[in-house]
Amino acid sequence: MMKTWRYIRDLVLGLWIVFKRTFTKPVTVQYPEERPYLPPRWRGRIVLTRDPDGEERCVACYLCAVACPVDCIALQATEDPTAHERRYPEFFRINFSRCIYCGYCEDACPTYAIQLVPDFEQSEYARRNMVYEKEDLLISGTGKYHGYNFYRVAGVNIRDKDKGQAEHELPPVDVRSLMP
Amino acid sequence: MATIIVDNRTYRVDERQNLLAACLGIGLNLPYFCWHPAMGSVGACRQCAVKQFKDEHDRCGRLVMACMTPASDGTCVSIDDPEAKAFRASVIEWLMVNHPHDCPVCDEGGECHLQDMTVMTGHVYRRYRFPKRTYRNQDLGPFIRHEMNRCIQCYRCVRFYRDYAGGRDLNVFGAHDALYFGREQDGTLENEFSGNLVEVCPTGVFTDKTLFHHYTRKWDLQSAQSICPHCSLGCNTTAGERYGILRRITNRFNSRVNGYFLCDRGRFGYEYVNSDNRIKRALLRPELDRTKPGKPEGVPQILGVAADRLRRARGIVGIGSPRASLEANVALRSLVGPHRFVPGIDEREHRLLSTILSVLRTGPVPAASIQDAEESDAVLVLGEDLLNDAPRLALALLQSVRQQPMERADELKIPRWDDAAVRNAVQDRRGPLFVAGYRRTWFHDYATETYFGAPDNIARLGFAVAGTIGSSAPSVPDLTNEMRDLAQRIADALTQAKRPLIIAGTGSGSHATIEAAANVAWALHQRGKQPRLSFVLPECNSLGLALLGGESLKEAFDSISQGKADTVIVLENDLYRRAEQAKVDAFFDAAKTVIAIDSLEHRTTAHADVLLPAATYSESDGTFVNQEGRAQRFYQVFVPDGDITESWRWLRDLARAESHETDGLTGVATWRNLDDAVSDTAAAVPEFARIGEVAPSTGFRLAGQRVPRQPDRYSGRTSMLSHLTVHEPPPPHDPDTPLAFSMEGYRGPVPSPLIPQFWSPGWNSIQALNKYQDEVGGPLREEMPGIRLIEPVATKAPSWFTAIPRPFQSSPHRWLLLPLSAVFGSEELSNRSPAIAERISEPFMSLHPSDGARLNLEDKVTVELALQGTTYRLAVRLDPSMPAGTAGICLVPDVSGVRLPAWVDLSEAVKTGRKQRVA
Repeated sequence: MMKTWRYIRDLVLGLWIVFKRTFTKPVTVQYPEERPYLPPRWRGRIVLTRDPDGEERCVACYLCAVACPVDCIALQATEDPTAHERRYPEFFRINFSRCIYCGYCEDACPTYAIQLVPDFEQSEYARRNMVYEKEDLLISGTGKYHGYNFYRVAGVNIRDKDKGQAEHELPPVDVRSLMP
Repeated sequence: MATIIVDNRTYRVDERQNLLAACLGIGLNLPYFCWHPAMGSVGACRQCAVKQFKDEHDRCGRLVMACMTPASDGTCVSIDDPEAKAFRASVIEWLMVNHPHDCPVCDEGGECHLQDMTVMTGHVYRRYRFPKRTYRNQDLGPFIRHEMNRCIQCYRCVRFYRDYAGGRDLNVFGAHDALYFGREQDGTLENEFSGNLVEVCPTGVFTDKTLFHHYTRKWDLQSAQSICPHCSLGCNTTAGERYGILRRITNRFNSRVNGYFLCDRGRFGYEYVNSDNRIKRALLRPELDRTKPGKPEGVPQILGVAADRLRRARGIVGIGSPRASLEANVALRSLVGPHRFVPGIDEREHRLLSTILSVLRTGPVPAASIQDAEESDAVLVLGEDLLNDAPRLALALLQSVRQQPMERADELKIPRWDDAAVRNAVQDRRGPLFVAGYRRTWFHDYATETYFGAPDNIARLGFAVAGTIGSSAPSVPDLTNEMRDLAQRIADALTQAKRPLIIAGTGSGSHATIEAAANVAWALHQRGKQPRLSFVLPECNSLGLALLGGESLKEAFDSISQGKADTVIVLENDLYRRAEQAKVDAFFDAAKTVIAIDSLEHRTTAHADVLLPAATYSESDGTFVNQEGRAQRFYQVFVPDGDITESWRWLRDLARAESHETDGLTGVATWRNLDDAVSDTAAAVPEFARIGEVAPSTGFRLAGQRVPRQPDRYSGRTSMLSHLTVHEPPPPHDPDTPLAFSMEGYRGPVPSPLIPQFWSPGWNSIQALNKYQDEVGGPLREEMPGIRLIEPVATKAPSWFTAIPRPFQSSPHRWLLLPLSAVFGSEELSNRSPAIAERISEPFMSLHPSDGARLNLEDKVTVELALQGTTYRLAVRLDPSMPAGTAGICLVPDVSGVRLPAWVDLSEAVKTGRKQRVA
């Protein structure tokens, strides 16, 4: 007897909640006509950014690739003599059909090159279109981090930055001097 | 054994070690930089500080450097002591004050000892706010990149380069906090072992330049055990691949063979695997028209045509190769029949090898491993230019000269690991090393005495030494007093030594030096000594091929010219390197069908009617037998593209196609995988019986799993091929080995041939090796260092060699042309690697200055030398170490086809009219 009463009470309670919701504002939006607000740090599509001088930021260190839990990043480092004699990715490929948008690659990136942007609209009819090469990933701006240029703080010399010209560096040591 | 207490736990360790080695040996983590297991301690970096207590009741203790403290009985230390920890962390912090912000673009990143040690000590933030010191770098040649900013002043590089490897041109300059490790000025590092700096340097000052050009991190390399194919010593290497390109070679520790170091030919000679001249498709030349090039066709069709021609052949000759695996040679032997198989080496080499083999087989003296050579305390080298023919053995001898003076350090009770103190005690004293040859190299500076003479005179010296040592050994009657005294001194040194070593080889092409070496060793054995013999051979599998038997190349040429056979199968062999051009041309012209199997295009493959692309050592599995008679397995690292497959698989496919139907397949045709190949190889010759024990067989599994070739951090698995297909094809199957082309499988202790690469949690650099040994510097756990196929059984020496040559007589019109091998240039495969090619010298001819005067040739002029039907352009070098009446011809690729030694009238052969000075 008590059991039956409890059933009826739960039923009425449930119906009451449904009834109450009828008069509240809906959470869902009419996508795509209406678009939700995504914070700027929302982790969606991956891009490769450029440094403030307009050069590719990626130095092909492979850290994003190794951090990727689904192993969807493949790249190859090369030294391009025509462009600043520094290291670049020869190719840089992300298989977005495998990407889980975890952002580990962005966390691992020591040069702020790889960044996740608030764009999630990557629907495709064919899976092969989800494979992005460097040309598809590279944007012309600096993304979320405006001032950083890895080669201005690194010790290696590139064509337009000699030894000792980076930030917080002394001029090269004169080995033949014995002065203290 | 000593009992030591580390952090209140008791361990049993070897008391001859230092505390650092002992701690690493029992598996504890203790950071260090300047100590190296092969080079001992100097206590320079102050990183391995631990707290030592007087006894269990001492609560105070004092900081000591573990590497400078002996692990004596009752030593009580703490690694985890807060003060010791803070000390170590502050040392790292000092080192990082000037260390650049380079890791993302540093080639050492991911396998950097400094990174590992920084993480181990817990240093995270740079507190120092002032500018960093910088340096200019040097161009150190095609092998090594230099980035001095990264240096932490541990002194390992100069200690290795100068003290261990005998190099002169790398040093430390400057003073106080502005030290510079480099050359006096830009230039190629000259030492033959410079590549080891890459592994010796704990950070990224010296990095591999060949790797730089196709850079890949250690965690992305698919790796497996390899055996270096570039000389006869059989050093163990780890080959790493990514995206179908062989990326680099690193040293692979083998306690009996190469230990911690490799030579530069072995380390940088690998790039021929990625060469544009690789044969990638099976080619078929249109019916019997030798003028047209071969065309790629379907493999089954080509095999069909080849099999058809084999069936119709009047007779088949199979030419094997000393640079192909044992299995490939046995496959060819099985396909053509033992009597039709020739090892593919010329007659002189064949004779030399059979003499060496009979000395090792029938004599009482065992062959020496490189490790034995390192431990020997008196060495006699007869006629071998070790630095150019077997560099790693030369490096071992540089250590052997320290054996006898080391006893002085023992008397002074200086432990052997205390490197600075030992060197202080030893000073410039060197143990006996006698080098007889016909060309001076820097290696001779380390010899007690040197002798330069023609090979016959060198052999006479050897015979004289044997005659002096052994009463019954034949003595040399007509010796000069000078030579007699020298022989007496050598004999005295050898008889006084505990572990004497005699080295000879095929390098000079002299039969007599080999016999003399055998006589010396046998005479020592007769005197109750424990001598060892080491023979340097021409190629990586020369001894294996010699064991397999068969006649010389001349036999093959004869059977074609006499019409006994009309079809030739050439296995991984460029015959133009082994016989005169005219003879080989005639041979190929007379043969109706030429089937060639090889990996690189060369003059022989240009003659092939059917050309099958062979896998190189890193793309195939097989066994090499080194000069010691040690059989070692090399494993496939990656699956090559195109039609490329193992030579033995091509021969199996040929055998299957040739036998009409599936019924009654025999021999090689029945092989399914490497296990079948190995078991048939074991049955081929009695010496090979144990070859199956060299490495685990195909079916070997641990916890039911294969051993993965890829590290567990291997990246890009789902995107490497996604530009071709998004369907992620399964990894290739490996039917031959217990290894897998995958990240998945058993990760734990495995038998040593199956270790893909040395890595341990927290130890990403090659120093992780410590974690694979029970005792630092000792053998690996579950080590399978290869099987020695030839052990001496005789207790008494067979009859002495008595053919003592007469003294070398220079003749007024004829000169004895002698081969001068070059570490970079004389080996067929490494020559095709760009970095090595850059180091190959111009072709030259060495003459004694008196001969230069006789021929009216000045130093550095270029001459044309007509030799054996070909004209060579050679630079003349006047070298006082060349014996008068002889001339040395440097065996670089341009002169690879000459047959030496040979008597030639240089006044006729040298075109003096076209002399010109070289700039």
